[in-house]
Amino acid sequence: MATLVLAVTIDWVIPRFMPGNPIQILISRANLKAEAARLIYGHYMQAFGLDLPIWRQYLNFWNAIFHGDLGISVWLFPRPVLQIILDAAPFTLGLLLPAILASWFAGNWFGAFAARSKRLDNTLLPISYVLTSTPYMWLGILLAWLFGIVLHIFPFSGAYDFGMMIHWSWAFAWSVLQHWFLPFISLFLVMFGGWAIGMRNMIIYELESDYSHYLQALGAPRSLIRRYAFRNALLPQITGLALQLGVIVAGQLVTEMVFAYPGVGYLILQAIQNHDLFLLQGCFLFIVIGVLIANFLIDVAYVLVDPRTRTGMQGAG
Amino acid sequence: MFKNRSEFLYFAWQNPKLRVGLAIVLLMVVLALAGPLLTRWTPREYVAPGPLPPSSEYWFGTTSFGEDVYTQFVHGLRATFIVGILGGGLGTLLGVVIGFTAGYRGGTVDEILNMFTNIVLVVPSLVVLIIVVAYLDVRGFLFESLFIGCFAWPWAARAIRAQTFSLRTREFVDLARLSGMRPAGIIATEIAPNMLSYLLLVFILQFGGAVLTAAALDFIGLGPTNSVSLGLMMNHAVIYGALLLGMWWWFIPPGLAITAIVGALYVTNVGLDEVFNPKLRET
Repeated sequence: MATLVLAVTIDWVIPRFMPGNPIQILISRANLKAEAARLIYGHYMQAFGLDLPIWRQYLNFWNAIFHGDLGISVWLFPRPVLQIILDAAPFTLGLLLPAILASWFAGNWFGAFAARSKRLDNTLLPISYVLTSTPYMWLGILLAWLFGIVLHIFPFSGAYDFGMMIHWSWAFAWSVLQHWFLPFISLFLVMFGGWAIGMRNMIIYELESDYSHYLQALGAPRSLIRRYAFRNALLPQITGLALQLGVIVAGQLVTEMVFAYPGVGYLILQAIQNHDLFLLQGCFLFIVIGVLIANFLIDVAYVLVDPRTRTGMQGAG
Repeated sequence: MFKNRSEFLYFAWQNPKLRVGLAIVLLMVVLALAGPLLTRWTPREYVAPGPLPPSSEYWFGTTSFGEDVYTQFVHGLRATFIVGILGGGLGTLLGVVIGFTAGYRGGTVDEILNMFTNIVLVVPSLVVLIIVVAYLDVRGFLFESLFIGCFAWPWAARAIRAQTFSLRTREFVDLARLSGMRPAGIIATEIAPNMLSYLLLVFILQFGGAVLTAAALDFIGLGPTNSVSLGLMMNHAVIYGALLLGMWWWFIPPGLAITAIVGALYVTNVGLDEVFNPKLRET
């Protein structure tokens, strides 16, 4: 909750105390005469509430957010920011959520296998290190070039064929799927490396711990010990997911930019290039709120998975 | 931890991960230091009539505008290391100061600092950087590095705080406290030396993180306005159609270099971890 307050405050403070005036930019584009420009400037200052005292502006800002009012876009002029973001959100979420979940599960699975098995470890670990240190946009560029341009297997730009309208049909769904694949794989691969390394290290740590040695001494089968180790190792991986969210979101943004995928990341790029600061602020708030919700869901998942936190909450621990 | 320096060096040299990782990092450092001396041009100079593939004249080829890719690459490499050292350094420093203070003081100070850390931890740092930087018309290197450092410290602070907590109650710290040392002195002479290896690992990870963040910012087009960087090279390659024209020599070197530096640092990190912590050594 406090994070949200901080984020909204940042969102409010930065435009007001940074050099450069968005309304001035908006007007200078219209190319008006000086007098007309001054009139319109006054009009806009009033329309955006910038002539009020600072504290009122701050309260108004909060009030507007609660009403879902994020302002009007300068780039796509009369459209409200919220509507633009909501149009883009399905593309972002449709790419991000499957990529996060798939890489998390696959990474944990392979990482657990790789731990303490010489051959797999020696191949998977170096690959994972390379993947996890690859900049998201570079892998995206490489895949787009290799599969999109050299091999002509996948389209590498946009979310569906430019000739198509958004509608429900098999041809359209197929087009969306084709365009979705490369950005998805690009995100998946980079994240996969990190999860695989994390899981491998955790499993090795767990296999060194007392309960594993004890089970071994009792003569428990190897698979049982590993299963216990896996369950324990999963908990830090869940926490890791929460900690990594910021980096993952950043990766999503640049990946969208590489593939010109019409999600929130692409909106940010357009907003920057067109000096559309309202849209930029809206995207910022959208992402922060999204990350906070995701954090909350991960906390809930942690409680569901780890019984100790559950008893702690009931006050029985 | 080690009886003497030579024992440390022995284990360090015995560790293949450390050897490989350090070798790659050193190679890149040499390239960043010596590379710019081997070129006659400046990064943004138009030296060729148009896009040319790599040749003996233009080692890494040229861009669509006829700029020399090798020249841009080595200058970008320098920039990458500067951002890594400054941004990673500041991130580590803030993490150390906040982590030590919170961990050693405890009580209310700790609660406030911890709350602050958790708040900043959740905010996606690149997105904040985007919105901060987008309002500036002229941006410099120093500025970018410092901003990156300002949003990179939370996990370091948390980890150092936890370590400090466990060291705080040891006998030698109690002894120092009884003998009338001041808190800053205790932290500097009793606690920090025991975490030196850990702090080194934190710095390496912060360095890698800063490099990746800077690359993303530059790629978006919000990097320093007055110089070249590896991220900016990729940005230009994408914007000016290097993909469609098949100019692989333009976009492969910058990404490869970042991957190599960050990957080598991670591997070095694991190697160092194994040297410092005998439990992790491979059997």
